[in-house]
Amino acid sequence: MQYETVIGLETHAQFHTRSKMFCGCKTDFGAPPNTQTCPVCQGLPGTLPVVNRYAVELGLRAALALRCHIAPVTQFDRKNYFYPDLPKNYQVSQNYHNLGVDGRLEIEVDGQAREVGIWNVHLEEDAGKLEHPEDTGANYTAIDLNRAGTPLLEIVSAPDMRSAGEANAYMNELAAILRHLDISDCKMQEGSLRFEAGISVRPVGGEKFGNRVEVKNLNSMSAVVKAIEHERERQVAVLESGGTVPSQTMLWDVQREVTEPMRSKEEAKDYRYFPEPDLVPIEISPEWLDQVREQMSELPAARRKRFIAELDLPPYDAGVIVEQKPIADYFEQTVEQGVEPKTAANWIMGEVMRVLNERLCEIDDLPVSPPMLAELIGLVTDDRISNSVGKTVFGEMCSSGKKAGEIVEEKGLAQISDSGELEAVVKQVLADNPDAVADLESGKQQAKGFLIGQIMRATRGKANPKLAGELIDRLTGD
Amino acid sequence: MTRITTDTVEQVADLSKLILSDEELAGFQEQLDKIIGYFEVLNSLDTTGVEPLAHPLDLRNVFRQDTVEDSASRKDALANAPDKTDEAYKVPVVIESS
Amino acid sequence: MPDLIELSAGDLHRKLVAGDVTARQIVEHFLDRIEQIDGRIGAFNTVTAEAALDKAADIDARLDKGETVGPLAGVPIALKDNLCTRGVPTTCSSKILEHFVPPYDATVVERLDLADAVLLGKTNLDEFAMGSTTESSAFAPSANPWDLSRVPGGSSGGSAAAVAADLAPLALGSDTGGSIRQPASFCGVTGLKPTYGRVSRYGLIAYASSLDQIGTFSRDPRDAALLLEVIAGHDPRDSTSAREPVPDYATELEKEVAGMKIGLPREYLAEGIALDVEAAVRAAADAYQGLGAEVVDISLPHTEYAVATYYIIGTAEASSNLARFDGIHYGRRADGKMNVDELYSRSRSEGLGDEVKRRIMLGTFALSAGYYDAYYLKALKVRRLIKKDFDDALAGVDCILAPVAPTVAYKQGEMIDDPLSLYLADIYTSATNLAGLPAIAFNAGTGEGGLPIGVQLMGRPFEESGLLRLAHAFRQATDHHLARPNLTED
Ligand SMILES: [Zn+2]
Repeated sequence: MQYETVIGLETHAQFHTRSKMFCGCKTDFGAPPNTQTCPVCQGLPGTLPVVNRYAVELGLRAALALRCHIAPVTQFDRKNYFYPDLPKNYQVSQNYHNLGVDGRLEIEVDGQAREVGIWNVHLEEDAGKLEHPEDTGANYTAIDLNRAGTPLLEIVSAPDMRSAGEANAYMNELAAILRHLDISDCKMQEGSLRFEAGISVRPVGGEKFGNRVEVKNLNSMSAVVKAIEHERERQVAVLESGGTVPSQTMLWDVQREVTEPMRSKEEAKDYRYFPEPDLVPIEISPEWLDQVREQMSELPAARRKRFIAELDLPPYDAGVIVEQKPIADYFEQTVEQGVEPKTAANWIMGEVMRVLNERLCEIDDLPVSPPMLAELIGLVTDDRISNSVGKTVFGEMCSSGKKAGEIVEEKGLAQISDSGELEAVVKQVLADNPDAVADLESGKQQAKGFLIGQIMRATRGKANPKLAGELIDRLTGD
Repeated sequence: MTRITTDTVEQVADLSKLILSDEELAGFQEQLDKIIGYFEVLNSLDTTGVEPLAHPLDLRNVFRQDTVEDSASRKDALANAPDKTDEAYKVPVVIESS
Repeated sequence: MPDLIELSAGDLHRKLVAGDVTARQIVEHFLDRIEQIDGRIGAFNTVTAEAALDKAADIDARLDKGETVGPLAGVPIALKDNLCTRGVPTTCSSKILEHFVPPYDATVVERLDLADAVLLGKTNLDEFAMGSTTESSAFAPSANPWDLSRVPGGSSGGSAAAVAADLAPLALGSDTGGSIRQPASFCGVTGLKPTYGRVSRYGLIAYASSLDQIGTFSRDPRDAALLLEVIAGHDPRDSTSAREPVPDYATELEKEVAGMKIGLPREYLAEGIALDVEAAVRAAADAYQGLGAEVVDISLPHTEYAVATYYIIGTAEASSNLARFDGIHYGRRADGKMNVDELYSRSRSEGLGDEVKRRIMLGTFALSAGYYDAYYLKALKVRRLIKKDFDDALAGVDCILAPVAPTVAYKQGEMIDDPLSLYLADIYTSATNLAGLPAIAFNAGTGEGGLPIGVQLMGRPFEESGLLRLAHAFRQATDHHLARPNLTED
């Protein structure tokens, strides 16, 4: 029998705000434990929440980008359950009047466009963190409340994905949108973007969904992909052997790359949601929505299409460039300086991204601004310097912050395009390599490459290779 | 009318994280049954088309700006903790994350 | 030095500013009186003598230097022990918070400090403000100063008793379903429950967030006006606090009552009310007519549903509000080796009393799967109908005159085993909270056993001024307030 996999994803993204959802504590990652808390986010009795307006606006950006219906009036609800990372033993979330519902996200898999439904987009507060001491003998768990109260966006997809590839495309597209609109920095290694997958299988053509297995502890997109593949195999094997897959929550074991049932008792989930009485409803007027729309930059999908259609970028290049908004912005600013788009893309995907990866930094931290890069590219396309010297100059710009022209000037890296100046060098190289000259004269064209290489070496890369070739031809009387 | 059985009371106690002795269970069952039975006076009222009212005041859109304020010192944060390390609250080992 | 016991808060303040008495003398007087009398009353959980004397010294020093002082300078005040005070234990009269010391002040506490009031201590209450006798305090019940074998009412019984016994000229309480007005009635003092949103709830340990409101206890309406003006007003830390301007209550209070229209709800004077209480309400109505006000019969048709509605909503919110008391981050933790789940259950089971458990379970039930619509949601709908009753009635009258409690103060222990009967006694007070309206309770005579009987006036949102004016006029025109509890030792 043929089976299809049915996948829905729940995404949690921490908002890119300065302060928490309901109090003024910072949301910085990696601060020492319990140094970014106050009576409100510690859940002390008597304290009250006040909503961070910017978090609501970021939520609205997401809801608009995902083409949701926006609630005219939205409100917070309490989700009641006991857990040590949740100081109030309820999470302020949304259940009855979500910020946005019934949206959709277009993804592309193997060149095919596909739509994934979005059930809802809502706001909530993050929980604290439980730390298990490294000392295995330690008989306690430590609680750090720094993260408690961090504004969180939850995006619940419909079970519309049918393969790990589709899930992968969905996650990447979603992350690109969240980054593009400055909603979240989406750093999975810091936990600012997290996924939970609901996975079931059913015979192809079946109408009813199979029992759903919820997989948690997915700390990277590749873990989600692997977990989906693993669950598919596991569930199909159960069905093939005549069994049934129980609905349950599983944890992904990163080391062993398998899913494991949660060991703690599965409590009957009765969250007793009710309207949060400490907060008042939020009315979203058309005027407010217009303001939010004005603050929203172009969505990644539209930008990719524009780069392909108007700037003639290959789709692959457009995909790579648009994945991160700062890089796409950098690219566009470089092109605005008059650089041919494909050339700019090559430089950015090559040298610029290489340096970013080496230095583990963001493009905004790079001392080379788009006009500076454009100047450098101009020197190369005008044959003032060779491509390889260009790369060296770029490296120098990244370390010194100097302009390309300055570096070329200082280090005398300008290409020798003056035939008189180069002729002397060529003559010397020909004199030093009689065997190669003989080979060339007997018709072996590769000897010419060798000679040009020698000329480049003698000029430390500054010779204009085209001119050098012409001079060889002339001086060997060919 | 909804009869509150000891099973219901046990479930509710479990959700509320309360342990009841047999004696307490019997006592609460009787009282809760009586009180919840009384609550059913509301069923005699037709509330079709009536909007629920969660807040007495019709307030809307109360926000704070996204500005950072000083956090509490860790010493203050942990001052009331019944069990703690130098930097965190301590609880018995929690096996899995939620 | 004048006999301070006879002086109102306003008079104490005026004498202080005039230099007739020092803040230290005032504070020492009240500390002495607490020392002498509170052993019999049990109004206080904590007396902050040292801090009170320090504050008095600070006020005296500033007066000596000719500096200005706040509008409550030198006036001692007692706070219900569910209002957070930085560095001072705040227990809610519960074992689970017995050693809890908040690291912050409630907004009202900050405002009182700015007004230079002097905190005397924290007063007893029904555990987590759940009750109407102060007998569910985990520490000890408080006694009614008029008859020590009787309850002071509750849940703000300690604050009411403290003012009635002249242990403090002012006190703060909280009112969720009558918890200021009923003890004010039982103890013969003035209790004001302001409009929901009038006073910031920040720092009030919540029982039911959409019903709770901090309010005042004083000997008379004039002092209530003085105190309300200090604590009222918008607070950015409480999203449910209103942006309404705060009037000059003291001036408003003096205005004429002739021509005002008072409604007498027939449902409040029907079955179940004790004869002496009904007589007091009718006598008050007559007194107002005598003052030139018009008294008319009105109807609040959904009155009989108020208690059920109040208990469903109140306990539902409470079940969630009190989930945080789990022995993890603060508060009492059960001893011994156990897993986290047992830690929750044992800490809560050992740390919370029966009435609190009862309400948590009721609320959990009302919100739980399968019952939410039939109980919680239904109650929210009835709440709208109850609010509409008041909106309709208050469109035709300026305020509503009603009883506070069906009877005078109970005997200690009389009601302890009958929770439903106690709940039903909230019939006249709980609807006000559901509708979020202001109400003032004040002494309007004595009944059975010479015990005080209070009546209440309920008004339109943010019209506390009218209530204060009417209560003040009543006091000027009658001499019920001259009756005082006798606390001299035999
Ligand atoms: Zn905080």
